[in-house]
Amino acid sequence: MLLEMSHLSKVYPGNKVVVDDFNLDVEKGEFICFIGTSGSGKTTTMRMINRMLKQSSGTIKINGQDIAKMDPVKLRRKIGYVIQNIGLMPHMTIRENITLVPKLLKWSEEKRNERAKEMIKLVDLPEDFLDRYPSQLSGGQQQRIGVVRALAADQDIILMDEPFGALDPITREDLQDLVKDLQERLGKTFIFVTHDMDEALRLSSRIVVMTGGKQVQVDTPENILRKPANDFVANLIGQDRLIQAKPSITTVGQVANKPVSIAIDQPVVRALDIMHSRRVDTLLVTDAEQHLKGVVSIEKINEYYHSGKTVGEIMDPNVFYVNENSIIRDTVDRILKRGLRNVPVVDNDRKLVGIVTRATLVDIVYDALFTDDGITTDSSTDASSKSEEQKEKDGDQ
Amino acid sequence: MQSMNIWQQLAYYFSHNGMYVLSEFSRHFLISIYGVILAAIVGIPIGILISKHRKLSGWIVGMANVIQTIPSLAMLSILMLGLGLGVTTVIVTVFLYALLPIIKNTYTGMLNVNEAYLDAGKGMGMTKVQVLWMIELPLSLSVILAGIRNALVLAIGITAIGTFVGAGGLGDIIIRGTNATNGGAIILAGALPTALMAIISDLVLGALEKKMRKRTI
Repeated sequence: MLLEMSHLSKVYPGNKVVVDDFNLDVEKGEFICFIGTSGSGKTTTMRMINRMLKQSSGTIKINGQDIAKMDPVKLRRKIGYVIQNIGLMPHMTIRENITLVPKLLKWSEEKRNERAKEMIKLVDLPEDFLDRYPSQLSGGQQQRIGVVRALAADQDIILMDEPFGALDPITREDLQDLVKDLQERLGKTFIFVTHDMDEALRLSSRIVVMTGGKQVQVDTPENILRKPANDFVANLIGQDRLIQAKPSITTVGQVANKPVSIAIDQPVVRALDIMHSRRVDTLLVTDAEQHLKGVVSIEKINEYYHSGKTVGEIMDPNVFYVNENSIIRDTVDRILKRGLRNVPVVDNDRKLVGIVTRATLVDIVYDALFTDDGITTDSSTDASSKSEEQKEKDGDQ
Repeated sequence: MQSMNIWQQLAYYFSHNGMYVLSEFSRHFLISIYGVILAAIVGIPIGILISKHRKLSGWIVGMANVIQTIPSLAMLSILMLGLGLGVTTVIVTVFLYALLPIIKNTYTGMLNVNEAYLDAGKGMGMTKVQVLWMIELPLSLSVILAGIRNALVLAIGITAIGTFVGAGGLGDIIIRGTNATNGGAIILAGALPTALMAIISDLVLGALEKKMRKRTI
């Protein structure tokens, strides 16, 4: 366990409780977002991690070591720290800014220069920016530098306090991608304070929802979207996001229809019977253990009807399928991109468990768009128009 | 002599006493500079101290203000009683007057440093001393410099009356002019370089200040 926070609380004079019994264990490589309204204690909690604030009670351990027993200055040099947009020192060049902590750690100048070059490459900025001053850079570029400055001394934990709050939406998304990418590439652990739910959902591996100094819910973004702990969390997420998120948290297995299948050793004649009685134009072919083997269409059956062959001999073994645990959103994309009319759903042993058809997708998109009056979003409108074009052409299968 | 106008007389004075004026000029300048440098050595740390302990600021700035209200001639005389005649008395007077602008500007400069930089610095693991040297002082330098600039201009004026306690400087020439009949040209010969010194110091320090400020916004 990289970071353990147990029973943390912070009480200000006058019995003002800002953080109340906060508990959280963070593994290496996690991206944790603290989210809440202002005054929820999220920033206070974060600032206790690098001892910018001292907790009234409770302990924080990093790699099993109690930070209260460490030298705060040394501790802070091991923890990256990024604050709202103006963290860069205006009187220092970008090079000096990036290598500030290495300088405090007394690295040689050569090593610092090298690191500065590495770091600026990491955020896709030209090397000659190193000799500029922060005021000569745009807000987004400055904050990119702010992000790598927190990484320059190989810090394992990075604390970020609403770092992108003052940036325009496009720049903010760029930086979110950058941070997520860096985090995944370098395996760093991030503690990220924000009040922007989109940001939290986009970045985090786990979200800590806080209000009034208390943790309300600690869970993955998917679980928080699926099951908000209470009305506060639901409100924080927002009704439209909850509906919009449906395709991104529902698994294929939950929406799949019962498949129409045929055993691999059956004759072609039998296949036509099944198609006729179930009113479908393709059949999924399985072996005796229900393992998916292939697919056979009405065209093939027409061609080989009088040949006396078995289904296994004429089926198309190259069938595109999805796992029942995959997220519906990805499946939608794949079905639409490949122009497939249906996709078999299998479990982990490749046993056939269901089928997703275009009609299923229409249902999902319809739910997303119309369960709450008038709430539409760009992405789902896009998907619906595509599906509705196909709606009439497609039968059940 | 009588046939020349005042400007011709001035030119005549300079041509005959050029080296003398120059030596008094540098003496004058050095007295002012010494006083201001001493004031900076004492005043900047005091300014830093009171910016950290805001309660002290009222007292200290108040005291420096009181010093400022004493007429410089009176101050010079009072100090002369203790320190006697000579350069030392003038330097101490200059020092006392230069304290207020330097303390006040250091104090203001330090308080005006954006909290965010201090927070970032501390959060990255700077000690208090490092925060002071690497962030607070560089960022308040332009404001401190403005204080020094004020102090120096003030000091140049005060040094001029230092002649009354026998410190020398351009004041000597001015007094000589007031004692002479028709000494207008001699007064100018002392007063013009004094004014020039003040203006040039102001311009030079002003330019320096501007250069510093560029990097702190």
